[in-house]
Amino acid sequence: MLGSGLLQGLAVTAKNLAGSFHDPARYVTTEYPEQRTKLPENYRNFPFLVHDDPADPNGTLRCVACQICEKECPPQCIYIVMERDEKGKALRRPKVFDLDISVCISCQICVEVCPFDAIKMDQEYEIATRNRFGGLLLHREDLSKSNAYYHQIHPTEAAGVDAALAEQKAKQAAAKAAKAAPAPKAAATTATPATAATAQDSAISPAPAAPPPASAPDTPANPAPANPPPDA
Amino acid sequence: MSAAGELAGLSAAPGTTVRAVNDPFHGDLLEVSMGPHHPSTHGVFRMMVTLDGETVVKLKPVFGYLHRNHEKLGENTTYLGSMPYTDRLDYLNSMTNNWAYALAVEKLSGQPVPERAEYLRIILAELTRLLNHTCLAGFLLQDTGCSGTPLMYAFREREHILDLFEALSGSRMMCNYQRFGGCRVDPTPGWLAAAARLVDGYGRFLDEYEALITGNEILMARTQGVGVLQPDLAVNAGATGPMLRACGVDYDLRKVDGYGFYPRFEFRVPLGDHGDTYDRYMIRVLEMRESIRILQQALRDLPAGPIIDAKAKNRGLRPKAGEAYGRIEGPKGEIGFYLISDGGPNPYRYRVRPPSFINLTVLEDMCLGQTVADAVVILGSVDIVLGEVDR
Repeated sequence: MLGSGLLQGLAVTAKNLAGSFHDPARYVTTEYPEQRTKLPENYRNFPFLVHDDPADPNGTLRCVACQICEKECPPQCIYIVMERDEKGKALRRPKVFDLDISVCISCQICVEVCPFDAIKMDQEYEIATRNRFGGLLLHREDLSKSNAYYHQIHPTEAAGVDAALAEQKAKQAAAKAAKAAPAPKAAATTATPATAATAQDSAISPAPAAPPPASAPDTPANPAPANPPPDA
Repeated sequence: MSAAGELAGLSAAPGTTVRAVNDPFHGDLLEVSMGPHHPSTHGVFRMMVTLDGETVVKLKPVFGYLHRNHEKLGENTTYLGSMPYTDRLDYLNSMTNNWAYALAVEKLSGQPVPERAEYLRIILAELTRLLNHTCLAGFLLQDTGCSGTPLMYAFREREHILDLFEALSGSRMMCNYQRFGGCRVDPTPGWLAAAARLVDGYGRFLDEYEALITGNEILMARTQGVGVLQPDLAVNAGATGPMLRACGVDYDLRKVDGYGFYPRFEFRVPLGDHGDTYDRYMIRVLEMRESIRILQQALRDLPAGPIIDAKAKNRGLRPKAGEAYGRIEGPKGEIGFYLISDGGPNPYRYRVRPPSFINLTVLEDMCLGQTVADAVVILGSVDIVLGEVDR
């Protein structure tokens, strides 16, 4: 009968209208500033830097200013300058770490390539600002957030990262102890990977890079650092 | 509708100019510029339409307003660095774009993919197909004038799929999920259960949606026999995907190429009879039903194991000199990436084969002789995303 398709359609809209008052599958609107949906654990928007001691947020940054993320960032929104002492010796921490989140595309590649688990993705999304010039350019101080905060937003991933870091530390301590016993030059050898890491174009040395991914089963960041160093 | 009323409506629309073209042999023709800021043009697409009364006698598509230099950017970033940019081509289907690009790079560098990753890719690609076709059904009906209701129902379901993508990859639309040699994140058992629930419930949504609209007499009157595309023209123009299959040409890369593990799955390829707009709508509904079957099989058979090859190389990838073309059956058609490597860290040449751009080339042939209101519906049935058309 002509028009029966129309009536059938109207029945569907009537069902949806009625359902929108009692059926959660049909009542789907969230009235945002008052109500909020729970973010999934993997949600990401912009990166932040992890520090270990909230009493000294800039001194205990895990970042060693190796500039791998700066080189790998597809839109090139990261700018890093390493801190040096008065003799020009690299101090393995960033003096400047700027991140322009008006350029950042939230791709998480910086997190994947970081061998030190120093940069992670934040979940803060209410970041609108009135300052159109400097307001979206985040500096080291704005980016530095505690490990506890990281545990709060990505609990599973952070637990995996902590376990991997602890294992790595234990391994390094064991290696140090083993080396300290036969020869006194142990201090010099353990220092080598660190200085190599600071040198800009020596791709990250295998010593610190290898352990974290192997033992972090749930972290999404594991594939990339597992790679052998590029031959550049 | 009278011609005068139609034109008056057009001239009132913002961003539209109407000017008379004098033609002593055919009376006065009107050249109408629809877009780039016209609500019916799905983004910043522009149609220069020449009208004889209400009938389209010439249609010139104009695009490039959203050109972002995607291919040149791809030649200047690393192989991994292009992956997040492929999300932004067809921003409804980032998972399939990722897959096609990963496939091209894997062919170029000869990297194997573990079994679980292949299954995950199929699961995500079919979810993407559901998402895209649901959106298209909503947009198409919006274009016919069913303002709001079907689109909102479609978006409500789409959001459930996007919630899954967000829980897995961290982002609703810019997933950046595939990697060369596998995938980035392993889904938890909870995620897989949620996906299975959604897939099992999706058939009910489709039933409801079809009850709402498929048998609707107004939709039939607006779309049946409108915008007929002949199969030989479709093949010659290189149209792919639902556009081609709606004309009755049996060509689906999932069957033809058998990439991934698709040969292991049991599904049918729906074909149209008439090649009109209604067929293009129905083909998508039927494809969604087949996608549900593939998803049920994939979620049932998903093997355990690693999601990325142990030797997979993403960062600092320098494939040997050579070329590769990776293509998959995206929701809109054949999405392909062509790469030439000269052994360096960046591709020497990076080229995208965008399905909606190539499907758009037959737009004029479909619109000639139709009314201007039908041109809007025909454009809607082509299923374009300007991020991909303009790149």
